[in-house]
Amino acid sequence: MNKPVRVLIVKPGLDGHDRGAKVVAFALRDAGCEVIYLGLRSTAEEIMTAATQEDVDLIGASVLSGAHIELVSDLLTERSHHGLDNTPIVVGGIVPPGDVDRLLQLGVDDVFPAGTVLTDVVSRVMALADRSLR
Amino acid sequence: MSEARGPRTTDSGIEVAPLYTPHDLGDPAELKQRLGHPGQPPFTRGPYEEMYRERLWTMRQYAGYGSASETNQRFRYLLSQGQTALSVAFDLPTQLGLDSTDPTAKPEVGRVGVAIDTADDMVELFNGLPLDQLSVNFTINATAPIILAFYLVAAEQQGSDRSQLAGTLQNDILKEFLARKTFIYPPEPSMRLVGDVVEYCTAELPRFNPISITGYHAREAGCNAIQELALTMSDAIAYATLLVDRGLSFDAFAPRFSFHFATTLELFEEVAKLRAARRLWAKIARDRFGATKPEAMRLRFFSGCSGATLTAQQPLNNVVRSTIQCLGAVLGGAQSIHVMGYDEAMAIPSDAAVTLALRTQQILGHETGVVDTVDPLAGSYFVESLTDQIEARANELIQSIDEAGGAVRAIEAGLPQHWIAENAYRIERAISDGTTVKVGVNAYTDDSKTEDLTLFEIDDQSRDRQCSRLEAHIAGRDGSATMAALGSLAEAIRSEQNVMGPLIDAARAGATLGEMSSVLKDHFGTHREPPPW
Repeated sequence: MNKPVRVLIVKPGLDGHDRGAKVVAFALRDAGCEVIYLGLRSTAEEIMTAATQEDVDLIGASVLSGAHIELVSDLLTERSHHGLDNTPIVVGGIVPPGDVDRLLQLGVDDVFPAGTVLTDVVSRVMALADRSLR
Repeated sequence: MSEARGPRTTDSGIEVAPLYTPHDLGDPAELKQRLGHPGQPPFTRGPYEEMYRERLWTMRQYAGYGSASETNQRFRYLLSQGQTALSVAFDLPTQLGLDSTDPTAKPEVGRVGVAIDTADDMVELFNGLPLDQLSVNFTINATAPIILAFYLVAAEQQGSDRSQLAGTLQNDILKEFLARKTFIYPPEPSMRLVGDVVEYCTAELPRFNPISITGYHAREAGCNAIQELALTMSDAIAYATLLVDRGLSFDAFAPRFSFHFATTLELFEEVAKLRAARRLWAKIARDRFGATKPEAMRLRFFSGCSGATLTAQQPLNNVVRSTIQCLGAVLGGAQSIHVMGYDEAMAIPSDAAVTLALRTQQILGHETGVVDTVDPLAGSYFVESLTDQIEARANELIQSIDEAGGAVRAIEAGLPQHWIAENAYRIERAISDGTTVKVGVNAYTDDSKTEDLTLFEIDDQSRDRQCSRLEAHIAGRDGSATMAALGSLAEAIRSEQNVMGPLIDAARAGATLGEMSSVLKDHFGTHREPPPW
């Protein structure tokens, strides 16, 4: 039997809008993932420490405050410091269309702007996590 | 896509019959009692006798970004376009008690609202805008006492008489634990601060609403209309209990209670909810708190429509959605309204989107005639039936919160947070599997066209300017006077005195938001949320 996919769901920055993060966390659990929900206002350092300790296969970050470019850049830098470059990062939230490509260019593996249908989020996350497990 | 068959329900699960008849109104004498007369308890038909015939609702677009001077420009623009009052959006560092120069604040300065670090920033925010003539709404909670202090210093510097100050401080910390999540301190000391503000304002600011008890954010976070109503009432009960326990008279403070609800696309259910809200509060005020003055039983509310119903896909569709929501708020008898911008699923609204949102309100107010008679849906078999059912079901939920020990205990135990998250998940599953049709998202999609919208972008220099301004402020103030004022604040907290006086003194002495908040944090500690499962 396959080892279940382990996902870390995080809210970096100061934004408290956690509806999307929780909905995705519930959906991934129902899809058979082991989900660790780190809670609000986590720093990049806290997130990558948790990712290491929990040995996760993927990190999902949710940002709705518009600060996604800076916050995600910090996450990617910290991910390198922790030697986790092979752990995919996906981002969801209020992301203007022009910023989707910018995030992908920065090194994010997928972006789910507001309005992405939940089943789509789950299947894309699972595909990425499978890739990182292989 | 198939048309839905079988039983139909409202958004909150009330079964909807194909036809409603006089039978649904019940006994005519009892109906007359349940409805009453507009402007009189139980206020089902409206808080005022003449409603919009006397005065239209207050048109108040939520606005703020960058620094105080940039937001001042948008305020002036909105007023020049016929907006009748102001509503301030603060950035997250301001909401969380962090100065703009704090390293954790950095990515968020000026993004979702204006950065306010000192009383000087508040003076700048209202530069040329007379506070004794303008009603201002402040969406601020954990740092509400500090923002109120800054506002009072700004008014003082303008020479405005405190007795003339009108507006609303959101100051509803319980719903921050439920939804919006800009809490700092644990629930108990947070409640003390809410009490200090209301106590101070009841004595000093007769025209100012010191609290706006808000179901809106819980709804936006995912709960349904009935849960939204019940949570709002349970929170209001908790605040009123706290104030009565402090020895204040309910008849004295309750007339300045203000409320805030969402209005979504479920038009009739929303109108029914808003009517039921007035009736519920009137009964709670009378039966639980022994209110004798009608003003103390009268629920007045602001409606912020609903951002969660908007879509990033086919964004111009949001104009239609917002119009229906604004109509719902008007038919429900709102005292003030904010309409969402069509681009808010992607960014904070552009000038074009904000202007159209304001025009939506103006068109409804001046061109449609819906304002010409009070409570036009009264007597509708369907709407009255919904109003009765929503009231009854909300009452059951209020009882369940009572049984959990009241709103504070229920929130500490995570009970209502669970309702919200569960229902949010249900809503998304229904969109995923097509049970709920969302135009442009899971039906009538069109990937061939992308809307060419100009979205709002923050000026990157704005943060640097704000930080330089703060550094110059600190360099220029009398540091020993500031420290003495912060010392008095700490002493007031320790000796259980009302913090408002010392906060106003500290604001006058040039203390920053971060400094004042740190003093509070040192004494109260900080709160971390329990996990969702």
